[in-house]
Amino acid sequence: MEYSLKGKIIVGGTAKGMVLSTTQPINFLSSLDHRTGRITDKNHELCGKFLKDSILIFPYAVGSSVGAYSIFALKSNGASPSGIICTLKTDITTASGCAIANIPLLELCKEAVIPEIENSSEGIIDGGYLQIKKV
Amino acid sequence: MDLTREEEDSLNGKNGSSISTAYKILLSIGKATNAEKLIPVEWVHLSGVNYNTIGDAGVEFLTRYSEEAQFVVPTTINPMGYDSHQQNNLSSNFHKQQGKIAKAYEKMGSIPSFSCIPYELFQLPESGHSVSFAESNAAVMANSVFGLRTNKESSLSALASAITGKAPYSDLRIDSTRDPKIRIKIDKELKTELDYGVLGYFSGKSVKESCVSFGSDISNIDMYKTKSLSAALGTSGACGMFSSRDTHEETITFGKEEEKSVIDELNTTDSGDVIALGSPQLGLYELELLSKMIAGKKFSKKCMIFCARSVYEKSCKSGMAKILENSGANIICDACTCLSPLLSREEYDGVITNSVKAAHYLNKSNGVSVSLKDLKSIVMEYAK
Repeated sequence: MEYSLKGKIIVGGTAKGMVLSTTQPINFLSSLDHRTGRITDKNHELCGKFLKDSILIFPYAVGSSVGAYSIFALKSNGASPSGIICTLKTDITTASGCAIANIPLLELCKEAVIPEIENSSEGIIDGGYLQIKKV
Repeated sequence: MDLTREEEDSLNGKNGSSISTAYKILLSIGKATNAEKLIPVEWVHLSGVNYNTIGDAGVEFLTRYSEEAQFVVPTTINPMGYDSHQQNNLSSNFHKQQGKIAKAYEKMGSIPSFSCIPYELFQLPESGHSVSFAESNAAVMANSVFGLRTNKESSLSALASAITGKAPYSDLRIDSTRDPKIRIKIDKELKTELDYGVLGYFSGKSVKESCVSFGSDISNIDMYKTKSLSAALGTSGACGMFSSRDTHEETITFGKEEEKSVIDELNTTDSGDVIALGSPQLGLYELELLSKMIAGKKFSKKCMIFCARSVYEKSCKSGMAKILENSGANIICDACTCLSPLLSREEYDGVITNSVKAAHYLNKSNGVSVSLKDLKSIVMEYAK
């Protein structure tokens, strides 16, 4: 099964990876290990998962303004997602972090379609679209 | 977002790569927040100063960036990892890297404030003016208490504003967003600064809007409670402002159950081996409050008080610092409880604090257990 979702381009580029999807916001400073990209916050549903090479689909970032550097550090350490999708609103932390780290960032227009995306899918960000391929 | 021809040229590198990078950031956040244009800002406050948070990638970025970049508006900076006038056990690498960060900001022209409470230390622009504040407690305080207009900026978006003197005209810089569309109904008595911190943490988690109303219940609270509320709200959520203006739209209730859910998440031990006060850093008001409570008593545990250097200097003159130091407390400047490497897991099993913001970062980033207690209880329990 394959389908495409249209989004708004915040940071342009193409990206591909396994989908890592959550409906919970993320604090990029306090919720993960910046060297490995592993989510460490025990209160987060993605705890234990790795961001590396994924297409991260999440509502928006919360908390520390330093989270923008955390996204940059993830990229410098080779542990960042390939691309990021915000589903509720694109916050300034994620947008500025992705701009500096050159991580493609898309804002999806419809919240309702998100629960359909399963973590076992492959995601491709290209030209303002997120393509989902079930594998 | 529409850019003027000058802004477009800057984006395309006409004025050098650091300015181009700054415009690239502004463009991304402008798109993210649906801005029509950029507007001038009159003050910038930067986070991303502590080596413990920005790491080697941040040091490299800032060192390179500062070779060319210059700030064009007054720019204050957040705390770093330690007090530069005191000895500590941190590694020589930490000192070296922290030194590089401080130097990079100095080179770009920042005011070396090393404080998260610029609103208590400086004559900021008047109410109604636009600023760009990273450091979430400062952004919430600026919007909610001082009538300034800032979005909940990131370290990098505020840096871009410091370089260009501009920020997107969007979100909390627009009147309609500052009008709350969601209200937290407070359904329990709030007494201490800790109670207000818990309310803030719950509200940040519950609200996705940029501005939240608490109704008139919070219109007369003191500085300590206001700072506690602002810091916790900024820590758990995306909300950058609170208001006492009422709204008839959606309401969320904060009662005993909601309070318990926050305490259960953040209060991870019954006691600890060190008391840490100040996240946000304490101002003169809180130092005075504490010095009255502690006068003539001694702490039975190690106690660290984090405050801004200029606040400490004033407290030395007034004699408050002496009272606090006589109680056994160590007053630390330039740093803050949350994310200071001085409060590491290697050194401490548990930290006693009244700060919900500190509790979040100590638990989740430093990996240290936290015992949350209000200031009065801390003094009663741990000082004689």
